Amino acid sequence: MLDRLRDTAPKTILLTAAALFSVFPLLSMFSAALQPQGTAPAGITFPTSPHWHNFVDAWNVANITTLVKSSAILVIGVVPIAMLISSMAAYAIAQLRIPLGNVFFLLLLLGLTLPYEIVVVPLYYQMQQLGLLNTQLGLILPLIGLNMPFAVFWMRTHFQSVPLEISESSSIDGAGPWKAFQHIQLPLAVPALASLGVLMFLSTWNQFLLAIVLIDDPNKRTMAGALQGFVGAHSTDVVLLNAGALLIMAPTILVFLIFQKYFIQAMLAGAVKG
Amino acid sequence: MSAVDGLTTPVDVADTVSATAPRRGSRRGAGLGDRFRGTALPSRARWAGWLFALPALVMYAVFELYPIITAVQYSFFDWDGISVATPVGVENYVRVFTEPQLVASIVHAFILIIFFTFLPVLLALVVASIVREIRSKVAGAVARTLMFLPQIIPGAASAIAWTWMYSPDGAVNQMLRALGLGSLARPWLGDFTWALPAVGVIGTWLATGLCTLLLMAGIGKIDGSLYEAASLDGAGRIQQFRAITLPGLRQEIGVCITITIIAALASFDVVFMSTQGGPGYATQVPGVQVYQLAFTENRIGQSSALAVVLSLIVLAVILPIQRFFKEK
Repeated sequence: MLDRLRDTAPKTILLTAAALFSVFPLLSMFSAALQPQGTAPAGITFPTSPHWHNFVDAWNVANITTLVKSSAILVIGVVPIAMLISSMAAYAIAQLRIPLGNVFFLLLLLGLTLPYEIVVVPLYYQMQQLGLLNTQLGLILPLIGLNMPFAVFWMRTHFQSVPLEISESSSIDGAGPWKAFQHIQLPLAVPALASLGVLMFLSTWNQFLLAIVLIDDPNKRTMAGALQGFVGAHSTDVVLLNAGALLIMAPTILVFLIFQKYFIQAMLAGAVKG
Repeated sequence: MSAVDGLTTPVDVADTVSATAPRRGSRRGAGLGDRFRGTALPSRARWAGWLFALPALVMYAVFELYPIITAVQYSFFDWDGISVATPVGVENYVRVFTEPQLVASIVHAFILIIFFTFLPVLLALVVASIVREIRSKVAGAVARTLMFLPQIIPGAASAIAWTWMYSPDGAVNQMLRALGLGSLARPWLGDFTWALPAVGVIGTWLATGLCTLLLMAGIGKIDGSLYEAASLDGAGRIQQFRAITLPGLRQEIGVCITITIIAALASFDVVFMSTQGGPGYATQVPGVQVYQLAFTENRIGQSSALAVVLSLIVLAVILPIQRFFKEK
């Protein structure tokens, strides 16, 4: 018994330390957010009389209701369409074996490693020409395009695992490629699509660079992009700033805690495949 | 594997569908269904498959390939975004490697690799290999959840959390004072020497959880009997680590390194929100520099040249790493 304890105690302590390191900055934010407004809080202090009302104030000041709505619009604009057209393309490459499909795929792989920094400035002028600057559509369209490399890559891995016989037997039954895709391939792809959806939700919701460049009005941006406007306006009020930032993080944390298992699986698998 | 579970229902659906399908299918060329057999497919039908790939290709071409080409084009011009652009040859590229501020940003990107990649992988290896033997499922699950949090919240928000930690009254200085090291306390992000490492630690924080989880998952796949055999042969912890754990984790380590190096070289959110590249340009990185050159200094050509160089650096670093970790 003692031996086992001696053996596991250091490991448990190490694991605890690693876990604490991960949440410590968030706890420090939380402690600051509960101090009286207008004061200068010092480090981590246990608030004797926590000012929960700060969160209500920050909610109103940071326009959280508007932000959640605009982020949701962006996610709804990007994720379903990106899921659909990427799986169609992956199906064409892996199952229909379209000519030059591999060339297309190699072209996509190029986009998988290139940083967003190279497209952001040209996209700004492109959107200006299209008259889409400062509109949500002007952010949705590029995000769909920029999601293609990973999304097609991800779905292609799935479609490669589906035996070709399934397509063949359905075509013998007379189903065209579209029917086969819609009624056979898509239902089979649900698990892969679900993980892809989780990953794209997260990357859209947290998108920062493109959001601050392509949309001027913080209220039309992603939650992450809105932080920049919020910090600019309230950088001196430590209490309100921390409360607001926590609120802005809260939706992703909530979604994560609810769909945790899914997130971890998707992100680990996504990392390994990417 | 999960595809197999779903097999029964969709096929049933397909049966009912096939009754109405032929009329539709005939649009793509008569009798397509009979000849639709993998490689034996007539070329006309195989080209028709491009209709499926077209939307993705169009979106990718218009919003990624075209901007990339445009960036390369911009990089050979002197352009303020409004007036007429003048061609300047490779001058913008020469400046990337001669203008001190731009050179510094690239150097910083490489220094950040120590914090974004090297430290997290090292820490993750230690934690993962020690935790391998812990049996408690609850502790593991709680730790997993907590360690994953930094991955979930936006990088910009992490920057705010850490800016507060590093501030004169923040938790870092508070702890130093509590340990009697008050003389070391300073406004970390405003300090010319310490700002860059301080920003780097934010990256360590972001990456360590993900790497630990990846490596823990990887270690779980290593055959446990290897360790038993090794310890029967009298191999110590360190030897086991070198002979079993490290080679067994080759792929996962490769993944960690790839992801985190890209994050270090192309960092933007964290630096932009914590220091904006300051003080002076002590924490300037290519990502923030690209943004500032284009949108505050109106030097579009210069910004694009830096972006192109950054992309080439990423490719030049990542491709060999990919190759190294792929071969077994």
